[in-house]
Amino acid sequence: MHKDQREKVVKMRGLKKSFDENHVLMGVDLDLYKGENLVVLGKSGSGKSVLIKIMVGLLEQDEGSIEILGQNTSGLSLKELNKLRLKVGFSFQHSALYDSMTVKENLVFPLTRNVKGLTKKEIDKKVDELLEAVGLPQSANQMPSELSGGQKKRIGVARTLILNPEIMLYDEPTAGLDPITCVEINNLIVQVREQFNTSSIVITHDLTCAKTTGDRMAVLLDGQFKAVGPFEEVFTQASDQRIKSFYDYNFIK
Amino acid sequence: MSIISNDNKPVISKKIDRFFIGLASAFAFVKRFFQEVFKPPFEFKEIIRQCYEIGYRSLPLISLTGFIVGIVFTNQSRPSLSEFGATSWLPALISIAVVRAMGPLVTALIAAGKVGSGIGAEIASMKVTEQIDAMEVSAINPFKFLVVTRTVATTLMIPVLVMYTDFVALIGSFLSVNSKELVSLSTFFVQVFEAISFLDVFSSIIKSLVFGFTIGIVGCYKGYNSSKGTEGVGKAANASVVMAMFLIFIEELLSLQIVNAIRNA
Ligand SMILES: Nc1ncnc2c1ncn2[C@@H]1O[C@H](COP(=O)(O)OP(=O)(O)O)[C@@H](O)[C@H]1O
Ligand SMILES: [Mg+2]
Repeated sequence: MHKDQREKVVKMRGLKKSFDENHVLMGVDLDLYKGENLVVLGKSGSGKSVLIKIMVGLLEQDEGSIEILGQNTSGLSLKELNKLRLKVGFSFQHSALYDSMTVKENLVFPLTRNVKGLTKKEIDKKVDELLEAVGLPQSANQMPSELSGGQKKRIGVARTLILNPEIMLYDEPTAGLDPITCVEINNLIVQVREQFNTSSIVITHDLTCAKTTGDRMAVLLDGQFKAVGPFEEVFTQASDQRIKSFYDYNFIK
Repeated sequence: MSIISNDNKPVISKKIDRFFIGLASAFAFVKRFFQEVFKPPFEFKEIIRQCYEIGYRSLPLISLTGFIVGIVFTNQSRPSLSEFGATSWLPALISIAVVRAMGPLVTALIAAGKVGSGIGAEIASMKVTEQIDAMEVSAINPFKFLVVTRTVATTLMIPVLVMYTDFVALIGSFLSVNSKELVSLSTFFVQVFEAISFLDVFSSIIKSLVFGFTIGIVGCYKGYNSSKGTEGVGKAANASVVMAMFLIFIEELLSLQIVNAIRNA
């Protein structure tokens, strides 16, 4: 099947964003197809987080347009924006768990505030189901401070999935984790797509993560996507020396 | 780009700009509070939890301070009054001083230090760790859940704490008066209540509500607008206390003028 015939769930065109004199995004075009995992690569400070924060309305672009699930994100009322936000799950780099709440309360909080009329039994069932899915069925009554970095990531993902999003955005899911935990989180990302039928954007500068989780790579350089395509293609056909050195650095022998 | 960010301006002018920008954003924050406070959902559970936290955090310190203020103030006033042979006025004097000024002021200042800084630090750290963003992306209104609940809680709780402080201070004063002037508990409190008017109690409650609101909204504002990074948390906590205390003194002065104007009318 040819790519362009597949349904696009995210369509960005000519996205620009500056903070005063700091020009971060300078004309970004990107498509996310239904059911795919797209990896966004780029060094620190290249604007990867800014890109996905614009998608969920945490920041506003200066120019350009984003269409998510067929809806243009510009000029939405807060109510419309919130409705769209429920379909887009955002997994934060440092998990952003509510540290005054238990793991279970972290999951229940977004659920009960957005889905009305659930019984206690339904809520419990949903929470158990998700903790099971992320491999931490025993953690319901723990506080975030008692969890390891990898466990926090998992709970963050579970909290996002509880609203049944169609799109998942992972901000550096493996940053700051040990190599074994990285592998586990990578597997989780792959598993989430299978189990919850999501399309995802995975932001990372970890090429192992990129290779295991991604169908396509997009390299963010100088505020634009310079190379987009399958893993091998991006790195073997790279015209920019910096993309090659990015590869060499990650897979040092 | 902002119209007033002009690089050629002298430093003093930039500072003045920043002052007014800050003032405008503070007003917008307060305005937003009043827009959201009457709109459902009301988050009663979180308000109750915050009320409990506020009481729990400040009660020990307030008990101790109130008690000591009562004793000290009584003992300091005694020599002056005894010069005129007027030590029998002690209960009335203490009552007026405590209910009109000391109770609300001592409580508000302690709460600004204990509760206000706690709110500032908590919200700032939630901002730094992206918990506020996390609420926003799951379609939860963080202003409602964090700012409105905490500010409502301080506004309700400070008057309660003030009454408690008044009571503890009067007990402290009674112990002193009882041991020196041999006044009984019932006589003491009869004199205490005779000395204060409805206006005293009423204005004390209103003032306490204003102090409570100030502590809550300042802590939330400083936390919500803290700079990123861990040092932002400490700064927000510190700025919450300084700002709240400053405003409390201004409000105390204003209320004094207003109440005296009413009293003399
Ligand atoms: N809210 C903000 N205000 C000002 N500058 C910002 C803000 N967010 C990000 N930036 C700047 O944008 C650039 C890209 O940041 P970011 O997207 O977080 O990088 P990364 O690719 O590491 O995720 C950085 O230079 C950062 O300083
Ligand atoms: Mg980032």
